This record gives sequence, structure tokens and C-alpha cells, in this order.
Amino acid sequence: MTHPGVRVQAEGFDVAAESAALTAGRSDIGAVVAFTGLCRDEDGTLAALEIEHYPGMAEEEVGRVAAEAERRWPLAGLRVVHRFGRIRPGEPIVCVVTASRHRQAAFEAASFLMDFMKTRAPFWKKEHRTDGTSRDWVEAKASDDAATERWAG
Amino acid sequence: MKAVYFAWVRERIGKTEEVLAPPPEVVSVADLIGWLRGRGEGYEAAFEQAGAIRAALDRSHVRHEAPIAGAREIAFFPPMTGG
Repeated sequence: MTHPGVRVQAEGFDVAAESAALTAGRSDIGAVVAFTGLCRDEDGTLAALEIEHYPGMAEEEVGRVAAEAERRWPLAGLRVVHRFGRIRPGEPIVCVVTASRHRQAAFEAASFLMDFMKTRAPFWKKEHRTDGTSRDWVEAKASDDAATERWAG
Repeated sequence: MKAVYFAWVRERIGKTEEVLAPPPEVVSVADLIGWLRGRGEGYEAAFEQAGAIRAALDRSHVRHEAPIAGAREIAFFPPMTGG
């Protein structure tokens, strides 16, 4: 299942343009929430992240999460863009934009989308260190699983 | 069936993908992991903590108890770290 609001790409993105695309020509939207996840430099120790993904499944799984968000909240639209490939500190990795009539749905759906994307979307981050010594895969965090579980029921 | 591997599972096995022809007694994802572990050091290293490995059949997440019959593609990978 692919979702028209979901993209997986190597290129960067413009979150303002994603937001503008959701609201263009509409006057029924009262709230837009835009979240952007950026690559941190980890106090100067990180040179770059290399993001691997499962082509095909990444789009489909994010699409399934997007469809679930639309089932749970009355959204006027959503956009999710997730990058793969080599990303340097300061660059954006992911954005989620949600639009709704009232703010609560947009806030909650954006948070839900990020929590589920972290634990269900097939992406893996590898860290390249500035000292060149290690190239380690980022380990999944129990706190991310806990964040996903709070949406159960 | 085609098997695809990602992240450190891919690195430890040393392959991105391969075609597998498991014997008929390999019924579930867990059975397939057990069968793969016997194929060499790389596989053993990839699946040493078998419970931590995630699997997908035809691009959908599945549990290790899931039957593999009829699937065209099986994927093995570590817990995901996107977002």
C-alpha cells in the first residue's frame, strides 16, 4: 500500500513547501503541525549518518502508519518525507506535517506518526564518527518502543 | 524464495540477497532462522540473538511463528532506527 502523502527519498525536502501543499486552496483547515527530525552532531563526534532502508517496504509501512493515523484522527491531510543515504549533522532526516480542523488532532497525529515510524518503518542508521575510528549501527531504544506502546488501545 | 538482509544482518551474512530453497520441514520464520544458522559463521553471527531479529514476509512485518509458505520474499533485519 502506498499513500499519496508519503515519500521516501535521498534528496532533501522543504517542510514549508510540504505544509503549503496541504493548505493550498483550502479554507477549512484550522491547524497545521510540522515536525522535522534533524541529524545531530552528538557534541561534535558525529561526521555523518548513513541511513539504509528497505525499498518498497519502507514506503508501504509508512503508508500503513499514515492510513492508521487517518483512521484515528479527523485529518484534512498529511505529508511524511523520510530520507535515506548519507546525511550530515544539521541536515533534515524526516518530516511529518499534519493538518486538521482543530489543533489537537494535528498535534496527536504528528506525534503518533513519528512514534510508529521509529519502531515500524524499515530504516536503519549507521554512525560515521569524526575521528574515523568507528562506524556503528545505532541501537534501537526501549524508550521508542514505550512511546509507541502508549498509543495502544 | 528470495531472502533479503539489511543493516548488520546483511553485513554479518555478507550478502544483500539470495535465493533460498529450504527443506519441507522448515515451516515457520523461526524454523528458517534455525536452518540458516547452520549455513556458516556469518549466518550464526547474524542470528545469534535470534529473538532480536525482525522479519517481514512480502514486505509486511511478521512474528517468528508465522508460516513462510507462499511467500515470495522474506526479509531479516535488526530492530529499526529510523525517524
